[in-house]
Amino acid sequence: MTAIDFSQKIVEMIDVVKKFGDFVANDRINLTVHKGEVHSLLGENGAGKTTLVNCLYGLYRPTQGRIRIKGQEVEISDPNAAIQLGIGMVHQHFMLVDTFTVTQNIILGRETTKMMGVLDIARAEKKVAEISERYGLAINPRDKIQDISVGSQQRVEILKALYRGAEILILDEPTAVLTPQEIQELVMIIRNLTQEGKSIIIITHKLHEIKQVADYCTIIRRGKFIDTVEVDKVTEQELASMMVGREVSFAVEKKAQQKGEQILAIQDLVVKDNRGIAAVNGLNLTLHKGEILGIAGVDGNGQSELVEALTGLRKVAGGSITLRGKEITGSKPKEVINRWNIRTIPEDRQKRGLVMEFDVAENLILETYHDTPFSVRGMLNRDKIYAYADHCTQVYDIRPTNPYLTAKSLSGGNQQKVIIAREVSNDPEVLIASQPTRGLDVGAIEYVHTALVNQRDRGKAVLLISFELDEVMNVSDRIAVIFEGKIVGIVDAIGVDENEIGLMMAGGTP
Amino acid sequence: MEAIIKDMGFIIGTTLMYSTPLMFTSLGGVITERSGVVNIGLEGMMFFGAFVGATVAYYSQSPWLGFVCAGLGGALLGLIHAIACVSFAAEQIVSGIAINFLGSGFALFLSRLFFDGATQTLTIPKKIPLPFSFLFGEGKLFQSAGFMDLVFNRFATVYLAFFLVAVVWFVLYKTKIGMRVQAVGEHPEAADTLGINVYRIRYGAVMTSGFFAGLGGAAMSIAVVSRFSNTLISGHGFIALAAMIFGKWKPQGAMLACLLFGGAKGVEIYLGAKGFPVPSSLLAMLPYILTIIVLVGVVGKTTPPAAIGRIFDKSGK
Repeated sequence: MTAIDFSQKIVEMIDVVKKFGDFVANDRINLTVHKGEVHSLLGENGAGKTTLVNCLYGLYRPTQGRIRIKGQEVEISDPNAAIQLGIGMVHQHFMLVDTFTVTQNIILGRETTKMMGVLDIARAEKKVAEISERYGLAINPRDKIQDISVGSQQRVEILKALYRGAEILILDEPTAVLTPQEIQELVMIIRNLTQEGKSIIIITHKLHEIKQVADYCTIIRRGKFIDTVEVDKVTEQELASMMVGREVSFAVEKKAQQKGEQILAIQDLVVKDNRGIAAVNGLNLTLHKGEILGIAGVDGNGQSELVEALTGLRKVAGGSITLRGKEITGSKPKEVINRWNIRTIPEDRQKRGLVMEFDVAENLILETYHDTPFSVRGMLNRDKIYAYADHCTQVYDIRPTNPYLTAKSLSGGNQQKVIIAREVSNDPEVLIASQPTRGLDVGAIEYVHTALVNQRDRGKAVLLISFELDEVMNVSDRIAVIFEGKIVGIVDAIGVDENEIGLMMAGGTP
Repeated sequence: MEAIIKDMGFIIGTTLMYSTPLMFTSLGGVITERSGVVNIGLEGMMFFGAFVGATVAYYSQSPWLGFVCAGLGGALLGLIHAIACVSFAAEQIVSGIAINFLGSGFALFLSRLFFDGATQTLTIPKKIPLPFSFLFGEGKLFQSAGFMDLVFNRFATVYLAFFLVAVVWFVLYKTKIGMRVQAVGEHPEAADTLGINVYRIRYGAVMTSGFFAGLGGAAMSIAVVSRFSNTLISGHGFIALAAMIFGKWKPQGAMLACLLFGGAKGVEIYLGAKGFPVPSSLLAMLPYILTIIVLVGVVGKTTPPAAIGRIFDKSGK
């Protein structure tokens, strides 16, 4: 039931090259999209997908190559020109003004006015309501962006493009922030749009979403065009291999679990967020040796506050945390790390995981710099530090293998390897991994998952917090679902039903 | 009883008079900061405006010409600030500090040049008029030097300031350009992707803020008093800045905050005139102490525009 009209080529990008200095981000990429087609762009992080669509949306100018829109060769100098040509883009990080209403965001730059530039909000609201009804994008035009869900915000972004008469919609990693239910809604929206004759370009590295929604898929690897395939004729495995350039294993290889004694217990924990509202509100959880406990949930249900409370970064307002029966509630971060040996892979590796201006070696000893041999009578022993870093770059496969490089010059995957090296090499009793694969590509994800499983197999406890349901289901032994600061259900990962968890994540009862 | 009413009238009248210059400047602050550009150079712009206003009014004998030129003088400094912060991505605080030195230094330099080496201008021949005098003179509708006279027989700039509060509110919240200014101050990247020229909006906002601060300076030098001197502005620009923050970056809020600070000045003058047994220099500290108390009291509860002080650089993408 595809709606493709093969007689009409809407977008043609021919031999597009984009260079940044000496770096070739796009090397002769070809892309053809027909009317009514959903075309996915697949590639690892840094492969050049976003660069390519930025060329199409006028944010970059291609160094070489041609772009045709509806058969006409065009120069797209800026987003305005792209909008004129009927191209709309939904950015990965939403481009919405939080303090504005839905309507204000949609009309910004194309305001409906009465005379003298006075806004005509009533007319705009009517128009927004019309479009949202026509394409099945449920939204209240008067809501403020800061009050609505991420899924709704995404609909506002799509409406923004439709309001400007977009024929071609570019969606950059649209599902990264959505719940499974919201993803299903998005799929429906995409189907509606193609029925109405719109063409969609969707950037993603989630293979089953491509299988579900896309007609064609163009694979880019390290800036090079690999192939365009008909999605129905390939398997996910084949797509992954084309993307990475080698065989990839999806299934996380795990030995049978050797579950040990209880090590960490959280009882009736209450933690307040920055606004003083209880973000974690009576949470109970136990963690055992030799297990990976996954916490599934939509962003903003208290995950960050839970991790901050466990690591001593945030005050506990009520309840207790015990480690091997010993109360550790209210410990300072340093105690948590050095005394209780609880280590953390933080959710934001650039803000909390690494000092971006420090080099790899310095980042590796952030928690142990004061111990021998790194520090002798208050002076750092640089020989030992760099020797240790050399060792770590080998063992943990940090590339490039140069301990003098600053953290910010590494790729996301290698930054994460530095953090894992630092946290795991101290043999922690409990490893807290918060969003450990966020923004990483398939290869790096595989590495992180293996590291977590290794900890478990060595009889240590791992607490995994992730917004990616797939990840939680693949890696964990048990899955706890967090909703509004409480654990609303705990299930065994073996034989678990995705829909059941998805429902709990959204606050429903299974 | 009558004396108390008259005293009240005196305090309210002085409050209005002293709030007005703050209000112009504070409105300027609202405009620039809502577009995302911090402008602590308001003090220097006000200072320069006070000088330009008095000088032009002195030579041209037209207070209104002086008033408008004061605004243009402030806008000129605004242009410098915009070039530094918007085009060249300079640190906004540093540029603002430089503007403060530049504004006062330039004004004093010109003052010495025009007025025989004096750091003050000569008394202007005509001040800003009192538009409602016809109602308050002897034998007119209201009693001269009565309550109504003290409160409502004020310089035209007083009425203009309140009118501009309404205008800025309307433009900011009800018009296309106002919505764009807010968008640029909250999320410049979003505005940019919708084809709005962030640089142009910020240039406009910063220059308008300079214009308003210049008007505020002139409202001091050619309405409240009748000459410019080097101690005339002494921190009013900073108080206006504080009022803007205290007023939560809203024109109506800034207006109320300015009235509060003006009120402190009104009380100070009243107590001074009554021979209240406190040294006048201590009384003169009242508005400044109030500024600190108020800011300490409300800091943390206000939300500034999200992109404030953040450099927007299109070429960096």
